[in-house]
Amino acid sequence: MTESNAMAHLRARQSAWETGALHEALSRMPERAETFMTTSSEPIERLYTPLDVAGIDPVDDIGFPGEYPYTRGVHPTGPRGKLWTMRMFAGFGTAEETNARFKFLLNEGQTGLSVAFDLPTLYGYDTDAPETLGEFGKCGVAICTLDDMEVLLNGLPLDKVTTSMTINSPAAIIWAMYIAAAEKRGIPRAALGGTIQNDILKEYIAQKEFIFPPRPSMRLVTDTVEFGTRDLPLWNTISISGYHIREAGATAVQELAFTLADGMEYVRWAIARGVDVDAFAPRLSFFFNAHNDFFEEVAKFRAARRIWARAMRERFGAKRERSWLLRTHAQTAGASLTAQQPEINVARVALQAMAAVLGGTQSLHTNSLDEALALPSQSAVQIALRTQQIIAHESGVANTVDPLGGSYFVEALTTRMEREAERMFGEIEALGGVLPAIEQGYFQRHIADSAARYQHEIEQRQRLVVGVNAYVDAAPPRVPILKMDRDGERRQLERLARVKRERDAEAVSARLAALREGARGSANLMPLLLEAVLARATLQEMMDVLRGVFGVYQEPVIL
Amino acid sequence: MTQQPKIRVLIAKPGLDGHDRGAKVVARALRDSGMEVIYTGLRQTPEMIVEAALQEDVDAIGLSILSNAHMALFPRVVELLGAEGRRDILLFAGGIFPDEDVPEIKKLGFRGVFGPGSDTREIADFIRAEIAARG
Repeated sequence: MTESNAMAHLRARQSAWETGALHEALSRMPERAETFMTTSSEPIERLYTPLDVAGIDPVDDIGFPGEYPYTRGVHPTGPRGKLWTMRMFAGFGTAEETNARFKFLLNEGQTGLSVAFDLPTLYGYDTDAPETLGEFGKCGVAICTLDDMEVLLNGLPLDKVTTSMTINSPAAIIWAMYIAAAEKRGIPRAALGGTIQNDILKEYIAQKEFIFPPRPSMRLVTDTVEFGTRDLPLWNTISISGYHIREAGATAVQELAFTLADGMEYVRWAIARGVDVDAFAPRLSFFFNAHNDFFEEVAKFRAARRIWARAMRERFGAKRERSWLLRTHAQTAGASLTAQQPEINVARVALQAMAAVLGGTQSLHTNSLDEALALPSQSAVQIALRTQQIIAHESGVANTVDPLGGSYFVEALTTRMEREAERMFGEIEALGGVLPAIEQGYFQRHIADSAARYQHEIEQRQRLVVGVNAYVDAAPPRVPILKMDRDGERRQLERLARVKRERDAEAVSARLAALREGARGSANLMPLLLEAVLARATLQEMMDVLRGVFGVYQEPVIL
Repeated sequence: MTQQPKIRVLIAKPGLDGHDRGAKVVARALRDSGMEVIYTGLRQTPEMIVEAALQEDVDAIGLSILSNAHMALFPRVVELLGAEGRRDILLFAGGIFPDEDVPEIKKLGFRGVFGPGSDTREIADFIRAEIAARG
């Protein structure tokens, strides 16, 4: 039987099944709903067969793990060779408290570090600034000077573990502090491995921790890409992030498309700077959300790799295989967790983490069950980390590469998401590119629409959320909540005051003046920032210089 | 018969956090339920919020915050409203609040505290009932 004969035969049998067994079953008992949809409100068919994947080429579109277009993963042996990095995002209070949490996590079997900074740090304010009322240490650790960074990293094996830092507007400065702290301990910068998030585009789109207007922000990001390419070959200079876009309410396809559009924008800027695409592209990494809808999430990761590989090779002319790879971190979906019956979040996180693993992530954070109530307590974090360890060592899903590859459903979904993302790239290009689309509120409006639709579906009970609009338990949640050191802020302020008192004030002024001069021109600002950091200029002093030169961005308010 | 004037609501984001999903979803839902909604945008100081509330002559203020800085920022808003003699404006809050803070927030004068998973129709009903009770 030839291939097309086989398809004709299948089509005939499917028709027969529909009019026969299926029809009979439906007449006996209708389905639970008239239509079924994913978490992203995408329609899902009853059954997928080889007919749904007939247009998908098993070699050109699916291929093999570790081979273009990497649909089945970036490494030939997947998790059989090396398990994903278990990297729990942590940070609160003072550098001392966060340093202790990191040591706890490494001791519990975590394999990479991930730093959360407090909101003042994320906005480039020191702990003593009036704008920071009530915010010290709440969502992460406060870092004002090199001294804080040295305390944060004290005793951590920076030459052995990689460190991811979730920092965006002030990313260049925090990175300079990290490099300076490591070099003071005798670890050369070229040996440092890690990631700065440094993804300013998604700040305008979703996370909203922008400071400067988009163009000077992109210049600063491009400075870090150029500097890292030359001086820190093991460092990921941008973690192009869909996570926050999804948390703000985007659908899976919007997350996929907007993130990859951002990634391509960074590539355009670096190429325009004159950096060889094959020199910097291998150090771009990604960060995706792992949400509830299991198969949609798996398909999203697979589609992301394929789109990126094709764009890098075909659109940007990258020659090295490493430039084509989309390597990614993943985090389970914070916004999916419920304050109601918080213990059941453990089950949600396990399913989401499994989707990320089957999607082929390189690194993973699992959320804690108390996410919708407070910052995670130590015991909640431990359960979340253990969830990853169970997936790795007990579930069996890490024993073969891309076990869902070839599923009619997953392959059809992967291809549909790729096409839909390409349609969105076209919309963004029609607006003039990513920056004009931000300025016109394209992303913000689409995300707000999706968030409103999702809430509406829950309130209409078209979508059931266990514990929220179904299986409700009136008993109030009883989980222990993290208690922070109430004295931390005072100790942080004391350290900051001491640094300001003891440093060479003239040297600080000279470094800040040089930074101002550099910012006005077109010099790469990284070396100037390193000098200022070593002179113990504070985060805010450096950011204020840049605010003065670059200005501060006001976003269009979009409801 | 004269039409009832629309209830005017200010939705504001105090503090530094950029999580505006909840604020926007609630603002849209209140607008769809027939209220006049003003959304301040991000990073508003208590001073800016109170000024906007007075300028827009609102009946209610909803404060949305996820950074856990509420116990520093909420009292300041209440204090500034008091200084303006406008403690009559209905206050409600949305976001992530530890259980033990909820009675404290209510004691400050916030009539409604809405956590994750709240139904937007309940928020709208709450506002209508509170405004009606104030006559």
